[in-house]
Amino acid sequence: MSIPFFVFFACAVLAIAGALVLIVSREPIHSALALVLVMISLAILYLLLGAPFIAAVQIIVYAGAIMVLFVFVIMLLNAGVEERTNWSKLAKYAGLPLALILLLETAHWLFHAPIGVAIANGPGAPAPAASTTQLSLELFQQYLFPFEATSILILIAILGALVLARKEE
Amino acid sequence: MSVVPISWYLVLSAILFGLGVIAFVFKRNIITIFMSIELMLNAVNLAFVAFARARNQLDGLVFVFFVIVVAAAEAAVGLAIVIMLARNRESLNVERINLLKF
Repeated sequence: MSIPFFVFFACAVLAIAGALVLIVSREPIHSALALVLVMISLAILYLLLGAPFIAAVQIIVYAGAIMVLFVFVIMLLNAGVEERTNWSKLAKYAGLPLALILLLETAHWLFHAPIGVAIANGPGAPAPAASTTQLSLELFQQYLFPFEATSILILIAILGALVLARKEE
Repeated sequence: MSVVPISWYLVLSAILFGLGVIAFVFKRNIITIFMSIELMLNAVNLAFVAFARARNQLDGLVFVFFVIVVAAAEAAVGLAIVIMLARNRESLNVERINLLKF
């Protein structure tokens, strides 16, 4: 078994384990740390897929900024153990089977998608890693307008967060 | 050096998305529900990167970039709403937030 397969399996197992811990643990802070584990293993998978810029953004923005925000809010609100409530019958008897069916269906159709079989399973040579130069050219030429629109979106989000979290006078 | 098939990445993405859906349905803490949304976004990002690699095009990576930016904005506004709810309701349990419930 070659190194890429080993790295893929290690990261996949870590990611799935992190997601399971997110579901099982009752302490929000444990869930947050498990989610950080998922994000870091996904960043390694992005490196394996030849997208170093996206891997760096994943670490800096997701595992860094967004999760720090989550942990900060958990500590600010002093969120303790999740209350144990009786699950609604609908969620228990219809929700779980339906979620599992969704999981299996998505996995099945992705696995049998023409792109997965024809392109990905071929023994073809590994494509060159997407260079950051190419990515930035694409981002600032073809996708310039969406880029500027997201900057306005961020500005509005900052204003909204400030207004929402302000103490009432 | 052999390459991991793209379809394996897609299956991992589907599994993570399914786990995110399960967490979204079953968790009772509003912060954890937010985190499960982030988990689903991450799963979709993995599928985007895998497809970008399979088709050897960069558009998928640009989409991942935009998804991450929008997720950051969503987390900021959402957590502000959570703080406001926690102040008004003294609880993070979503079953206590039932003002609009029929």
